[in-house]
Amino acid sequence: MLNIILAIFLGILIIVLAIMAVLNKNIVVAIIAAGAVSLFASVLYLILAAPDVAMTEAAIGSGLSTIIFFYVLNKINRQNG
Amino acid sequence: MVNKILFIAALIMMLAILLTLYRFFKGTTAADRLVAFDVMTVSSLSLIGLIAKFSDRIIYLDVAMVYGLLSFLGVIIVARYFEKGL
Amino acid sequence: MENSIVEIIGAFLVLIGSVFLFLGALGLVRMPDVFNRIQTGTKASTLGTFLTFFGLVFIMPEWWGKLILLIIFILMTNPVSSHVLARAAYCIKVPMFKKTVIDLYGKDAEKLFKKETKNE
Repeated sequence: MLNIILAIFLGILIIVLAIMAVLNKNIVVAIIAAGAVSLFASVLYLILAAPDVAMTEAAIGSGLSTIIFFYVLNKINRQNG
Repeated sequence: MVNKILFIAALIMMLAILLTLYRFFKGTTAADRLVAFDVMTVSSLSLIGLIAKFSDRIIYLDVAMVYGLLSFLGVIIVARYFEKGL
Repeated sequence: MENSIVEIIGAFLVLIGSVFLFLGALGLVRMPDVFNRIQTGTKASTLGTFLTFFGLVFIMPEWWGKLILLIIFILMTNPVSSHVLARAAYCIKVPMFKKTVIDLYGKDAEKLFKKETKNE
């Protein structure tokens, strides 16, 4: 019972956060929203009984891609002066 | 008895995540949204603990550990970018 | 369905923890300023997560090792992230609330950030 309610809730949350990541004008907010999408997708994989996929999704989607996005954003800001 | 109380606790946690989602959606500056992200991940961390109790598998607590570490890392990276660039 | 008294105590601890998480989220919605939001959100959510995992120790006594490790991890990282957030929000000059009466960090922060930018 809890699993069904939680899956529907997390699905709606992921859709709202993804729409916000696409439509927002501020680029820092868009990157934070993309990281939040990945973290909640990790919880969704967890209640589908796949803990290894959840761990990988949290590590790559939220850790590595956020670091790379901010590194590139910093380089672009420095080149533009 | 115990399962009913834990079910009500999980519902209250979901309501807390919805309230922080409202702040994340509406917050006026970027720092507001970063605070909302922090509170949201900590709330879902304790939700993972309840999921581990309901499905009786201890391996889920390892996932909770990795999840907390990576959400902390994300907050630190964005704050450092705000201060002086990565 | 028979439960022992220890399990019921643990369940009520989890319930109190979730109520604290809800109060932290409510403060995040109601407060007027970034710094007030940082204070109410992270303090209440730290206590809520602590009480939740401490109640799970009572319910599942054979999982105590990982749960105590998670509690120590939360108690060490969450205040650090709140401090870093407040410092970054001060550094990018987020506007304060109109009725703020005192700002003791002002002069020290000016010196500190000026020295850091000179070093780069």
